[in-house]
Amino acid sequence: MPAELAGGLAYWLRRLGGGVTGAIAQLGYVARFLLAVLWHTPAAFRRIQLTLREIYFSGVLSLVIILMSGLFVGMVLSLQGYETLKRYGADEQLGILVALALVRELGPVIAGLLFASRAGSAITAEIGLMKTTEQLAAMEMMAVNPVARVVAPRFWGGVISMPLLAALFSGFGIFGGYVVGVRLIGIDAGAFWGQMQAGVDFWPDVTNGIIKSVVFGIAVSLIAVFEGFDAKPTAEGVAGATTRTVVISSLAILALDFVMTVFMFRGAASA
Amino acid sequence: MNRSTIDLWVGVFVAIGFGAILFLALKVGNLLTLDRSPGYRLEANFENIGGLKLRAPVKAAGVVVGRVERVRLDPKTYDAIVTMRIDSEYEFSKDTIAAINTSGLLGEVYIALDAGGDPQMLKEGDRITKTQSAVVIEKLISQFLFEKASEASGKDQGGGQPAPAAKGAEGAKK
Repeated sequence: MPAELAGGLAYWLRRLGGGVTGAIAQLGYVARFLLAVLWHTPAAFRRIQLTLREIYFSGVLSLVIILMSGLFVGMVLSLQGYETLKRYGADEQLGILVALALVRELGPVIAGLLFASRAGSAITAEIGLMKTTEQLAAMEMMAVNPVARVVAPRFWGGVISMPLLAALFSGFGIFGGYVVGVRLIGIDAGAFWGQMQAGVDFWPDVTNGIIKSVVFGIAVSLIAVFEGFDAKPTAEGVAGATTRTVVISSLAILALDFVMTVFMFRGAASA
Repeated sequence: MNRSTIDLWVGVFVAIGFGAILFLALKVGNLLTLDRSPGYRLEANFENIGGLKLRAPVKAAGVVVGRVERVRLDPKTYDAIVTMRIDSEYEFSKDTIAAINTSGLLGEVYIALDAGGDPQMLKEGDRITKTQSAVVIEKLISQFLFEKASEASGKDQGGGQPAPAAKGAEGAKK
């Protein structure tokens, strides 16, 4: 009986250890993949047209969903914020509420989540399918490095698009908040903008939002290209990789956001 | 999709993206009018600064004329020393009074400057000597409750002592 128990315990411990070492090995693999992407970046940028194409696919084609979401998030934020602020007679502070919430948190985070599901999944599916149809292997046969030709442009296209999309999300959100707050509810426009300008600082509020969106851009793009490159070359493998991209990117965005917020606004809160 | 169309759209995208960042910086964050003006520093001692925070406004007659730059504790007198940066276009006389006020019951805490009539003006690094500390609401409430309680107990113990006399005594003690 004790031998059986020890055997069962050893089995579970071995599984736990295997899981941890597997995760560490995966992390190391991702890190080496990132280094390979950065190493091949100069070669990829020599044909800048490839990267511009990817900015078009992940940035320009995401514009509609990002702008519409930003507009509606801003409008809802304005309505809800007004309801709460009105109780304290502070409804003129609506501008600060909308702008700070969007610039600091909602802009980078929601734009990042949308970007992961709109562009990240497409990148993973595209690279995964290239691998499945052996296009990547064919490139290597022709002495074309697939990391330089396929992966690096997609990575940089995402990294460049993401901060711009987040800024557009925040901008349109504030515009939506203005439309509802000033045009619909009837808050004084001067108070709305004046309070906002008094309460929001370029440094650190806006810059921290930009830093966040850059970090999310790097995280989502890396996860997307890695999952595509690492996908099992089957239809199921590509499907699983696409799902993993969206799930892991979303969790990574939320976790990174929490960690960065702790560091960024701890100083500001105690000041 | 040919090459020049992609270039055009990427150009439009990058341009409006930077436009949005510019909008956040200028219209929302108000980067341009952020106190970049050199200004000069003034110091003031307060017994208690209450909820005064860094970058809190300094107002004269309700107009923002500067910001609180630094708050520290005098290690000897245990007073709070507040350093403010005042816009250089405004000058205040030597006998200016600085008071810590709150706009509304829950509003922001700011420093109000009340200019006097002294012909000499305050210069960089000068100290405002006439100050009025923050009103701490908890203190006021406890003082009020304490007075009420002592009033009531005075009535109980003194028996025939009339209430107005007790009140007068309290006032005199203060």
